[in-house]
Amino acid sequence: MNLKNKIAARVKDVPPSGIRKFFDIASEMEGVISLGVGEPDFVTPWNVREACIYSLEKGMTYYTSNWGMLELRKAISTYLSRRFGVDYKPENEIIVTVGASEAIDLALRAILDPEDEVLIPDPSYVAYMPCVRFCGGKAVAIECRVEDGFRIMPEQLKKSITPKTKALILPYPNNPTGGIMTREDLEAIAEVLRDTDIIIISDEIYAELTYEQKHVSITSIPDMKERTVLINGFSKAFAMTGWRLGYAAGHSDLIGAMVKIHQYTTLCASIMAQVAALEALNSGLEDDFASVEYMVRQYNRRRKVMVNGFREIGLDCFEPMGAFYVFPSIKKTGMTSEEFCEKLLMDQKVAVVPGTAFGSSGEGFVRCSYAYSIENINEAIRRIGNFLKKL
Amino acid sequence: MNDAILEILSEDSRRTPEEIAVMLDADVDDVRQKIKELEEKKAIVKYNTIVNWDKVQREYVTAFIEVKVTPQRDLGFDAIAERIYKFPEVKSVYLMSGDFDLAVMVEGRSMKEVAFFVAEKLAVLDSVVSTTTHFVLKKYKTDGVILEGDEKDYRQVIVP
Repeated sequence: MNLKNKIAARVKDVPPSGIRKFFDIASEMEGVISLGVGEPDFVTPWNVREACIYSLEKGMTYYTSNWGMLELRKAISTYLSRRFGVDYKPENEIIVTVGASEAIDLALRAILDPEDEVLIPDPSYVAYMPCVRFCGGKAVAIECRVEDGFRIMPEQLKKSITPKTKALILPYPNNPTGGIMTREDLEAIAEVLRDTDIIIISDEIYAELTYEQKHVSITSIPDMKERTVLINGFSKAFAMTGWRLGYAAGHSDLIGAMVKIHQYTTLCASIMAQVAALEALNSGLEDDFASVEYMVRQYNRRRKVMVNGFREIGLDCFEPMGAFYVFPSIKKTGMTSEEFCEKLLMDQKVAVVPGTAFGSSGEGFVRCSYAYSIENINEAIRRIGNFLKKL
Repeated sequence: MNDAILEILSEDSRRTPEEIAVMLDADVDDVRQKIKELEEKKAIVKYNTIVNWDKVQREYVTAFIEVKVTPQRDLGFDAIAERIYKFPEVKSVYLMSGDFDLAVMVEGRSMKEVAFFVAEKLAVLDSVVSTTTHFVLKKYKTDGVILEGDEKDYRQVIVP
């Protein structure tokens, strides 16, 4: 039996992840210094882990409500209001999901009909385009340029809109570029969207990780809240990637539709992760998120060390204001992103991710994560410097 | 800026003013000046190394000694604390609330040496009423540093 023929076309048609290839080579290699990881190097704070252990001892091993534990949704509601000034009702405007990833998938599945178009800034996180296509939708890239700080520019957005445009994905602070959108930038986008009925899927997973200025959610811009599904989670800000816990907040019609899919496909996020997340929020609400603030201070210092280091070895480097990535240009080497990454890995055993893994506009750039110790970052920069000298 | 400098140096005292200046986006001369001021007013007391002595061949024991004392008129606990902390064997002295008064950490080459120190130097002081000596068997964490923790990076090499 030819099983390949049995795979659905919309699955077959999605190309394999650009990161996979490097992962396979790099993970086999000895002595690799990696700047390739999109997750914090901090371990989940002990009080959070301890709360989970205690819940297991007590025997909390059951399903929760499809929406997630009400207590957790209440805490999320308080958190969003306190940190970002946006208000959602815990009863019917918040759903707890298996990572922000599931929330993205649910939001798209809840709104997309075949042939619907979704606008996605390029470069962006690897999952948006495939998720749109799994739904039978059409992913439309909006080219974001380094000279615009990798923001979505209103003219660009306007040009991309067609009668079939159903949604815009707004992933800021951005992975892989570290670009952010300020209130002014968002107001300009809102101005374009106001006359349309385009839904916004705002992936704000890096919202806590901004430097020198606070994150602004598009839901705080007039008229934008009703049409927006706000997505966030615990992975980045609370160093909880492996727990797989995220959430979406939005109008009860949208969230209700997402819950409908979630209840039949996932039922609920794991109760252990939910209990842990509740502790992360409750302790944070008590001490003004001291452990989040501590991690942000550390990231900020590493960010400066990395940007400064790259500039010193001669790489042009856009100054990222969010997330934990630096996205230097490697155009002057004359190599493509993939060539650069492959040669760097073979020659100096440094793993970075080609910008093209995040979309064609990532050509000429590589993504370097600074979720590493300063020693690790310095050593990687030293090796990249050696690599450049030999060219 | 002082708080940030202190945070960085308390995590790794080898960070140079140049490195700190990069991390804080500050002028290196300003950083040097601030460090100098912090040293002068003894906010930065000393640059020490945390050593895990178990990793090297050196015989030593640490004891934690609960000391009950009679405070002295006008001087309170300070005079007796001073008499105790001046012994080089004594690594730290804290005034405590609760069942005893002074917590004294003593280091010596053997249990016998520490026992002699307590018997001959500490217990005989006029204001010392009693001592209870506890020997440290293993240090797990000291000064905020876990000595034999699991430092492995469990992350995948590349994650989107």
